[in-house]
Amino acid sequence: MAANILVYIDHFQGQAGQSSWEAVGAARSLAQALGGEVTALVAAADGSALAAQAIQHGADRALVSDDPALAEYRAEPYASTVAKMARHAGGSALLFPTTGRTRELAGMVAVDLETGVTPDAIALEVKDGSVLATRPIYAGKLLTKEACLGRLHVLTLRARAFPKPEPSAGKSGPIENVPADVGAPAPEVLGYKATGGGVSLTDAGVIVSGGRGVSNNPKLTPPAEITDEKQKEVWRAQQGFVLVRDLASALGAAVGASRAAVDAGYIPYAHQVGQTGKVVSPDLYIACGISGAIQHLAGMRTSKTIVAVNKDPEAPIFRVARFGIVGDLFEVLPALTKAFKAKLGK
Amino acid sequence: MNIVVCVKQTPDTAATVTVQDGKVSWGDAPLVLNPWDEFAVEQALRTKEAHGGKVTAVSLGAEGAKEALKQALAMGCDEAVLISDPAFASADSLVVSAALAAAIGKLGEVDLAFFGRQAVDSDTGVTGAQVARRLGWPSLSLVAAVRALDPGAKSIEVERMLEEGRQEVRSRLPAVISVTKELNEPRYPSFMGIRKASKAVIPVWSAADLGMAAVPAPALTWPEVISPPKVDTQCEVIQGDTIEAIADKLVTRLLEEKVL
Repeated sequence: MAANILVYIDHFQGQAGQSSWEAVGAARSLAQALGGEVTALVAAADGSALAAQAIQHGADRALVSDDPALAEYRAEPYASTVAKMARHAGGSALLFPTTGRTRELAGMVAVDLETGVTPDAIALEVKDGSVLATRPIYAGKLLTKEACLGRLHVLTLRARAFPKPEPSAGKSGPIENVPADVGAPAPEVLGYKATGGGVSLTDAGVIVSGGRGVSNNPKLTPPAEITDEKQKEVWRAQQGFVLVRDLASALGAAVGASRAAVDAGYIPYAHQVGQTGKVVSPDLYIACGISGAIQHLAGMRTSKTIVAVNKDPEAPIFRVARFGIVGDLFEVLPALTKAFKAKLGK
Repeated sequence: MNIVVCVKQTPDTAATVTVQDGKVSWGDAPLVLNPWDEFAVEQALRTKEAHGGKVTAVSLGAEGAKEALKQALAMGCDEAVLISDPAFASADSLVVSAALAAAIGKLGEVDLAFFGRQAVDSDTGVTGAQVARRLGWPSLSLVAAVRALDPGAKSIEVERMLEEGRQEVRSRLPAVISVTKELNEPRYPSFMGIRKASKAVIPVWSAADLGMAAVPAPALTWPEVISPPKVDTQCEVIQGDTIEAIADKLVTRLLEEKVL
């Protein structure tokens, strides 16, 4: 019983992201080391498809709570329901993928179960029969190892820190229904506003990011009706970000930005990578016109391969980059976009 | 409105943080008000300015954390309380949330409690939601915009940041709100504010003052804190006669190294 691992399947209106399957894979590895089984927990309006997918990705069985009150994500009914399922199943750890929903959800479930929560773990091991998690603190300047002895350890796992298992289409397993607990008063969801769309930064395999340097093209002349100097700068930057987006779209990549670019109003905050933005670790990170302040590095230095494009050969970004191009991004980016399109056959 | 803002004192984000004899050290880097919490303080002040009432800043920490509270007072908070007790020395988020929830309970009929989205030292980002859970209040986390607030009807409408877009929700009050930096631009303390804050006497509440006769043991243990393994990156600067040649070479190298 205590060797069993629980894994929560995070989803948006019934669609799970790849980080949920990464969590199932991590649960599988822990269960193997402990000699236990993996139980997936699904809370949704109709969770049967998610439960079947979880089993195909490596869970032995699934608990499902179906309830119309779970159609839209709201922390309160989700937390009560997940805590109820966790009590029902029992186990030594409950894993969540780290997303915008799950930090609060995991924290609230931990309160309900009076136990410890480790957010955003990047590595897991089994030590003396229990889970030991590694997670970054001080924006990744240090790592801490956390254990939660004698209680169910609640954890969220950083996206892309654990391999995504290949689903096996024919695999099936028992699915048990557990009535949801949706009694607690909760906010009412009025709707959603799209935020630009595109590829999600935290799930992206490739990210192209722009910094302060994208506004730095003296050859561009803003339209005459823009008279304010600040507005001229923003206009220039937006032309620069067109080049960043072109390269990103050639690579199927997400678009990121440094804090300097966000604070200057070049691009919305949702794109910010760094200590006060999103923490990412793609296979390839292309930093364009980003000097590499310590706060930016904190958000992207675990990327597998970093490419820096910068005019200044002394920019700190080159110290973490595997490949560098010293040059004007307004010339380099279009050339790169063309070269990628040619070589990748797109 | 009776508004609370929970803040933490942290090392400056530019600090060089190392492990010395198994303990975290930030050398002589300054301790500051957690940068995320500045947005929470700002939103608490704007709420008061729009709807009246008072703002109380609350922090849990050692005596030195009064400096972070003074920063909040200098920005314009009316009162501040420090929760400090040796019993909280090894507190995890479970214990911290219990203490903060007890403190909010002690501050009377609170309408809104603001939090920053996370602290830049421990980086957990769960405290606001945990406090909400303990109080039985709705948790509105990652709030990027407040669309409407009606203290009379005890109702608030906000936009929350999710990966898929902004979720628009309506909640009853009291509620806990954790804020992102999109919400506002924090103000600088005024000269008068700094003067007022420097003279402020900040009460200290112990675990017993909060009715926590026995502080629960933390659920988590931290057997080890380490520096991340040094990655020795040699930057290969791509060179060539033309921009096109350089671009071509980079793409070739990325394909050779199976990055793509």
